[in-house]
Amino acid sequence: MDFTLKKEHEMARSLFKEFAEKEVKPLAQEVDETEVFPRGTVEKMAKNGFLGIPVPEQYGGQGADALTYVLCVEELSKVCGTTGVIVSAHTSLCCDPILTFGTEEQKQKYLVPLAKGEKLGAFGLTEPGAGTDAQGQQTKAVLDGDEYVLNGSKIFITNGKEADVYVIFAVTGTVTKGTKTLKEISAFIVEKGTPGFTFGTKEKKMGIRGSSTYELIFTDCRIPKENMLGKQGQGFKIAMHTLDGGRIGIAAQALGIAEGALDRTVAYTKERKQFGRSISAFQNTQFQLADMATKVEAAKMLVYKAAMKKAEFATNPKVSYSVEAAMAKLYAAEVAMEVTTKAVQLHGGYGYTREYDVERMMRDAKITEIYEGTSEVQRMVISGALLK
Amino acid sequence: MKIVVCVKQVPDTKGGVKFNPDGTLDRGAMLTIMNPDDKAGLEAALRLKDKYGAEVTVITMGLPKAEDVLREAIAMGADKGILVTDRVLGGADTWATSQTLAGAIRNLDYDLIITGRQAIDGDTAQVGPQISEHLNIPVISYAQKIDVEGDSVIVERQFDDRYHVLKAKMPCLITALAELNEPRYMTPGGIFKACKADITVWGRANLVDVEDSNLGLNGSPTKIAKASDKVRKGAGEKVTLDPTESVEYIMNKLKEKHVI
Repeated sequence: MDFTLKKEHEMARSLFKEFAEKEVKPLAQEVDETEVFPRGTVEKMAKNGFLGIPVPEQYGGQGADALTYVLCVEELSKVCGTTGVIVSAHTSLCCDPILTFGTEEQKQKYLVPLAKGEKLGAFGLTEPGAGTDAQGQQTKAVLDGDEYVLNGSKIFITNGKEADVYVIFAVTGTVTKGTKTLKEISAFIVEKGTPGFTFGTKEKKMGIRGSSTYELIFTDCRIPKENMLGKQGQGFKIAMHTLDGGRIGIAAQALGIAEGALDRTVAYTKERKQFGRSISAFQNTQFQLADMATKVEAAKMLVYKAAMKKAEFATNPKVSYSVEAAMAKLYAAEVAMEVTTKAVQLHGGYGYTREYDVERMMRDAKITEIYEGTSEVQRMVISGALLK
Repeated sequence: MKIVVCVKQVPDTKGGVKFNPDGTLDRGAMLTIMNPDDKAGLEAALRLKDKYGAEVTVITMGLPKAEDVLREAIAMGADKGILVTDRVLGGADTWATSQTLAGAIRNLDYDLIITGRQAIDGDTAQVGPQISEHLNIPVISYAQKIDVEGDSVIVERQFDDRYHVLKAKMPCLITALAELNEPRYMTPGGIFKACKADITVWGRANLVDVEDSNLGLNGSPTKIAKASDKVRKGAGEKVTLDPTESVEYIMNKLKEKHVI
C-alpha cells in the first residue's frame, strides 16, 4: 500500500494551490459578504480546465482522474467553500451523469461545452417534499408527441441561476414492486432558456453564500424527448449513482475547509500572546491542534481512497464506490464541523468576528453535513451495505 | 516556426537560502521553482505558438531533478523537453553554462531562442547573450514585448525610462523580462501529458563543438570567494518624542555618525 501521491497528483496539487491562493483567496471574504456568485473566478477556472478535470479529452475534458478532481475541490475549499462547491456540483452532478448515462449525441451536445467550461452545470433532484426521500417527487414529465412536458419545482439547487445545463428528475409513471406501487422516476437534460423554465426564490444561506442556490420552476416546460438521460424509469438509479460521486466532491470540500481552518489556527496560535507567551505554548492548544490534525489526516485518507475507487470505476464499471463515498463524506463533513468549531474557539473573540476566516469556514462547514445526503443518510448507506 | 526556450530550476527564495561549506548554493536542500524571467520567456513562446503555430522545445542544464521544470513547461503547453545533465558539467558559472547550452542547441533546428533575462539565484544576466555569441546570432535583451513579422522579430527592449523597438532577422535570441507577461497556469490535462512525456536526456557526449576546458567547474573563470545569506538588520532604536525634540534627536544622531 502506497500513501504517497503520484507525480501528476503532486503537480496538480501545486497548480490548484497556486490558483487558489492567487485567484480565489483574495475574493473569498467579499464573496461571502456580498453573496455574489464569483463569475470571474469561474471563467478563469474554465480557461484553465478546472471544469472538466475527470472528463475524457474526447468529450472536451482534461482526461485526468477523480483524485485530481478531488485535489482541485480540496485546494479551492481551503480558501473558499463557495468556489469548491461550484466546481463540485458542476463536475459531479452534471458532467458525470451525462458522461455515464448520456448518448453519444447528448455527450457531444452537452458534455463537451460543460467540460470545456463554456457552460456551467447543475442538478435538480430535491423538492419541497422530496429531500432524503426521493420517492416524494412531485415534478411530473408527460410525453406529448416528441416532447416531454415538465411541471413542478426543484429547490436548493446549487449553481441554480448561473448554470446553463440542468440534469432534472421527474416522475414519468408508476411501477409495481411486489405489492407496492412506486413512482417511476426518469432523468432529463434541460437547457436554460427553455420556455416554461423559470427561477423562483434565491436562498439566503448560513454559509457558502456566494453559491447561487435557487428554486427552479417548470410550468408546461416542453423538452425534446431525446433529452431523456438514460432509459425511462432509470432516474432513481441515475440519481443515486450521481450522488455517490457527488459525495466524494463534497467530502473533498469538507476536507479542504477543515484543512484551511487548521492552517489558520496553527498560524494564529503562534502569533497570539496571552500571559506573556504564544497561546501555542499552552498544552490545551497543543492537544486541540493535535486532535484536529489527526482527524483531518484520517478524513484525507478516506476521501482519497473513495476518489481512487471512483477512478477505478472509470475503467471498470463493475466497481462500486458507494460505501467509500458515504464514509468519506460522513467523516470529512463531521471533521470539518468539529475542526472549524475548535478553530473559532482557539481564535477566541477574534474568531467570532468576520475579520478572521475561521468564522466563515465554520458556517461553510455545516452544509457539508447536510447536502448531497445528510450524515444520517450516509450512515444508512454504510449500515445498509454491512447488513445486507 | 521552431522556438527553443532555455529555463532554469532555481531555489524558491521564499523557502530560505541554504549554502554548501564551499559557498555554493545547496540546491538539493531547497524547494525549487522555474526561474520567473524564464517562465515569462516560455509564456512568450507559447503565445507565439498560439498565434502563429510553433514547436516549442524547452531545454535546461542541471541536476536530474531539473527534469521537473521541463515537465512543468510541458504542462503549460511546451512540446518537448531536453535535460542536459552530466557530472562533468557541475559547478558551471555563466561562461561554462552558456557553452553547454550552446553546445546542446547546436543539435537543434531553431528560428528563435528565448531565455530569461537573469536567474534569481545568480542575477548575472549573462547566459542568454553569451549563448547568442557562441551561436553567432543576434541578441535582443530585456524584452518587454515580442512579436513576429515575416522572418523577423520585433521586440521592445526596456530601459529605465524608455524602450527601444528593435527588429532582428531570425534566427536570433531574445532575453525576456518577468514583466513581459503573466505566465499561464499549467492545466490538469497538461500535467497528465507532461508526466507521461519522454524527456530527452543529454550528457557531455551530446554537446557539439565545445571544448572540455570550457565546461563545468574547471571551465568556469568565475571563482566564488565567499557567499553568505543576508545579515538581518537589528530591530533599531525606538524613541517617542515630540516633533521638535525628534528633529533635534535625529540631527544629533546623524552628526554622531558623521553623516552630516
